Amino acid sequence: MNAYPFLLEVLQVAALALVAPLFAGWVKVLKCWSQGRTSPGLLQPVRDLRKLFAKEVLLAENASWVFRFAPYLVFGVALLAGGVIPILSVDLPLAPTADVIVIVALFAIARFFTALAGMDIGTAFGGMGASREMTVASLAEPAMLMAIFTISLGSQTTSLAEIVRSIQGGHHLLLRPSFAFAVLAFVLIALAETGRIPVDNPATHLELTMIHEAMILEYSGRHLALIEWAGMMKLALFSYLGIAAFFPWGIAVSRDLRALGLAFGAMALKLAAVGAGIVLIETGLAKMRIFRLTEFLGAAFLMATLGMISFFILE
Amino acid sequence: MDLELAARINGFLAALVLLTAFAMLAQRRMNGLIHLFAWQGLLLSVNAAIVGYAAARHHLYISSVLTLGLKVVLLPYILHALIRRLRIHKEIEVVVNIPTTMLIGIGLVIFSYQLTAPIRELSTMVTRSTLAVALATVLLGLLMMITRRHAVTQIVGFLALENGLFFAATSATYGMPLVVELGVALDVLIAAFIFGIFFFHIHATFESLDVEQMARLKEGD
Amino acid sequence: MAEAMLLALLLVPLGAALALALVGDRRLAPELNILGSAATFAASLRLALQVHGGGPFLAAGKFFFVDAFNIYLAVLTAFVSLTTAVFSRRYMRRERERGRVGQYGMRFYHAMYQLFIFAMLLCLLTNNVGILWIAMELATLSTVLLVSLYRTPTAIEAAWKYFILCGVGIAQALFGTVLLYFAAERVLGEGGEALLWTNLNRVSGQLEPTVLSLAFVFLVVGYGTKVGLAPLHNWLPDAHSEGPTPISAVLSGLLLNIALYALVRCKALVDGATGTRHAGHIMMGFGILSVLVAAFSLLRQRDIKRMFSYSSIEHMGIATFAFGLGGPVATFGALLHMLVHSLAKSSIFFTVGHAAQMHTTQEMARIRGLIRGNPLVGWGLMLGVLAIAGVPPFGVFTSEFLILTATIREAPAAAPFLLLGLTVAFAALLRRVQPMVSGAPPPWQTPLRAAHLPVLLHLALVLALGLYLPPFLSGWFRTAAGMLP
Repeated sequence: MNAYPFLLEVLQVAALALVAPLFAGWVKVLKCWSQGRTSPGLLQPVRDLRKLFAKEVLLAENASWVFRFAPYLVFGVALLAGGVIPILSVDLPLAPTADVIVIVALFAIARFFTALAGMDIGTAFGGMGASREMTVASLAEPAMLMAIFTISLGSQTTSLAEIVRSIQGGHHLLLRPSFAFAVLAFVLIALAETGRIPVDNPATHLELTMIHEAMILEYSGRHLALIEWAGMMKLALFSYLGIAAFFPWGIAVSRDLRALGLAFGAMALKLAAVGAGIVLIETGLAKMRIFRLTEFLGAAFLMATLGMISFFILE
Repeated sequence: MDLELAARINGFLAALVLLTAFAMLAQRRMNGLIHLFAWQGLLLSVNAAIVGYAAARHHLYISSVLTLGLKVVLLPYILHALIRRLRIHKEIEVVVNIPTTMLIGIGLVIFSYQLTAPIRELSTMVTRSTLAVALATVLLGLLMMITRRHAVTQIVGFLALENGLFFAATSATYGMPLVVELGVALDVLIAAFIFGIFFFHIHATFESLDVEQMARLKEGD
Repeated sequence: MAEAMLLALLLVPLGAALALALVGDRRLAPELNILGSAATFAASLRLALQVHGGGPFLAAGKFFFVDAFNIYLAVLTAFVSLTTAVFSRRYMRRERERGRVGQYGMRFYHAMYQLFIFAMLLCLLTNNVGILWIAMELATLSTVLLVSLYRTPTAIEAAWKYFILCGVGIAQALFGTVLLYFAAERVLGEGGEALLWTNLNRVSGQLEPTVLSLAFVFLVVGYGTKVGLAPLHNWLPDAHSEGPTPISAVLSGLLLNIALYALVRCKALVDGATGTRHAGHIMMGFGILSVLVAAFSLLRQRDIKRMFSYSSIEHMGIATFAFGLGGPVATFGALLHMLVHSLAKSSIFFTVGHAAQMHTTQEMARIRGLIRGNPLVGWGLMLGVLAIAGVPPFGVFTSEFLILTATIREAPAAAPFLLLGLTVAFAALLRRVQPMVSGAPPPWQTPLRAAHLPVLLHLALVLALGLYLPPFLSGWFRTAAGMLP
């Protein structure tokens, strides 16, 4: 059997796991640079993870199996999602079985278990974080699906590999209104799902303003390391998802090494650009009040729906 | 410029016009509302110019300039001057909350798409698909008038409605005959002056521009 | 010669408007107003003679079109505006003395009055459907600020409602006009020719039926708002009751007619295009609804001008219903109804205006003893109400009778509703008016010199038309009815 796709799969997952902390570091570096501070360096997240892995795990007395199981599950889901999204090439063996709806569902599973773990110990902040996260999810998921559907209308399929192929072959894409609306909607949703400003401040230490951080307050040691790593991978995954769905030029569709090398370089460049975009948004906007979240996500849903409608009306 | 490209640009501008209409519905600040209205006017003006160029109908250039002067420059200026003179409070109060308004708006877009389906089949023009967007803009302007309590926002809703009508004229036909366009522009201008005067009267009599206060004329009490 | 008369007909009010804006509040302003209106009336008569002798004609390179339908409305408009100008002279002088209107207000009032007449005449005589819309909007805009002339909170509220609701309505009519142009363009080609009513009428069989039905829906909502059809009538009672009485008279008596005229012209096109009776049915539905809503609302009114505004809604509903019914008898009745309603309603408003001035209030509970206080006002109001309620031998009875016979023959299911509306309105009006005209004058009543000529003239005409319809008039009606399906 041809080993190339499997090799590619392993390469891709490894790339994701290793690139994710670097990407988080890159975002941090840019942010510090834009705010005139000295950054802790590109490799700081790697150092943090290594430190956490070496530390002791402290569990509360009433922690159930859910609490211990959740970090592994979340990390595993992130790796699995990395195996489905075409990062370097569309030739993934898992591609025919998993489309974008599956990816959304995978993230939903991870979120579900994180929320359960947050409520498991019984602290107030855990419950608060879980409920907020679920609110965000209940609004963001339909919007995300709507944005995905808008894209798949154009390429007549929900399989990401096929979408990449069809977008690379099409023309006049930038003038398609449904495309533009879907991009806008996706950006808003990605900000909400990955917990960046203006939805949630990832660097906050004030518990009452936390959404995602509040759920994982009780974790320590290797559990926390796995969850943090999974969080970084989620950010990278959303960036890859956006790149694959909207700007997939550069992803290898053939099997030669040259295309692969080109894909690698393109991926690095695009990630750098996405990082710069994230920093721009985070520095330019302030965190919204929780009550305004519905409007924000409603606007994302609206964009996505408008994109879908304009596909039918205008194209 | 070939017709295919013009049609695509036209569709793109139509989507942007729809976006501004929704953005006006979601606005909480008065200044932002007026800026969005100016943007909408600019998009319409550019659209008219492009259609005129692609289809070689030169009277559309005149419509384009007219729209530019009236809706991008003059009307926003009048509105800003009114807000300044009357020292109007800058926040907008709504009757129905914003997410619900957006959902109703989406429903109206789908409704107008259904309604204009027969026209779309009959038309041979490049801009035929944008008639649905035009009617949707009209209905969204109407929605804004119904769900707002402040006199200035009701007027902006009314003007957005007129924008939708102008857009409809350039989508369904290559613009109405010039004399009609001029007459409509004249009417809009007179209406602008009238509502300007009106605001002063309302403000002088009611000390505020909240239209909920004007509810004294009721039946048989 | 005819063209010159037509241009004069339009330019005289326009010129008078400009002149009055300059003359302002000086002594001669009301007289100048009357003079301008008289000149307009004379021009309209001359034009009418032309049509009577020579038939319909086009003018100014197809820009204007005069035929039996619009010329009689034009003459009516000019006539009522003349008599209202005469009434306005005495009425506004007293208002001015009481300080309800200021100096600039009077200047504005006179100028806008003439501009309003100009807009209405332009609306009637133009051949271009787009210009029709523009003139209708202009007529609305010129009266908005007149409704709020007294600057009271209720007046401003009424004017605001009028502005917004009619503005929205008329925007729908514009959309309908755009759709009409779209359909016309495919047959007649681009440019101004496609909007001319004469051309459209000629090719109405070739216009796309689906587009015209859709256009008609928008047009009926748009122009129907201005006619005051229920459920789009909310602005009407407020706007007609809050402005100065001469404005209420011309709004009720003239503008409603003109909006109905626009609607009927559109219906003629749609019927020709679709070949079905749908447009007529829509109009019948709106008409019956208006009659019933207005009739039952009449029972609850306490303000006198508001009550008579609802009566206007009811009568416009009857006329709309009749035009929707179609056929020679109903259309004849509807045309006659527009004429006599206009005359009777404006005469009522004249007397009501004086009654309100005598008692310094518009509340019916505080108006008493009119006949003893001022016999002209008292008897004028009584006779006017009898006329508008459809009592023979006044003209309204004739038109309503014609419409009823046509209804019973063609659409018998609607007849009981129509009768119900008419009876309820009759009862409601008489119940209210009877205590107002009889009894002793209350202590707060002040005497005044009423404008007797307009009231007497209108009532005499309504009575005369009820007894004897001159042949030229019935000839016009028959011709007009023949044109409309």
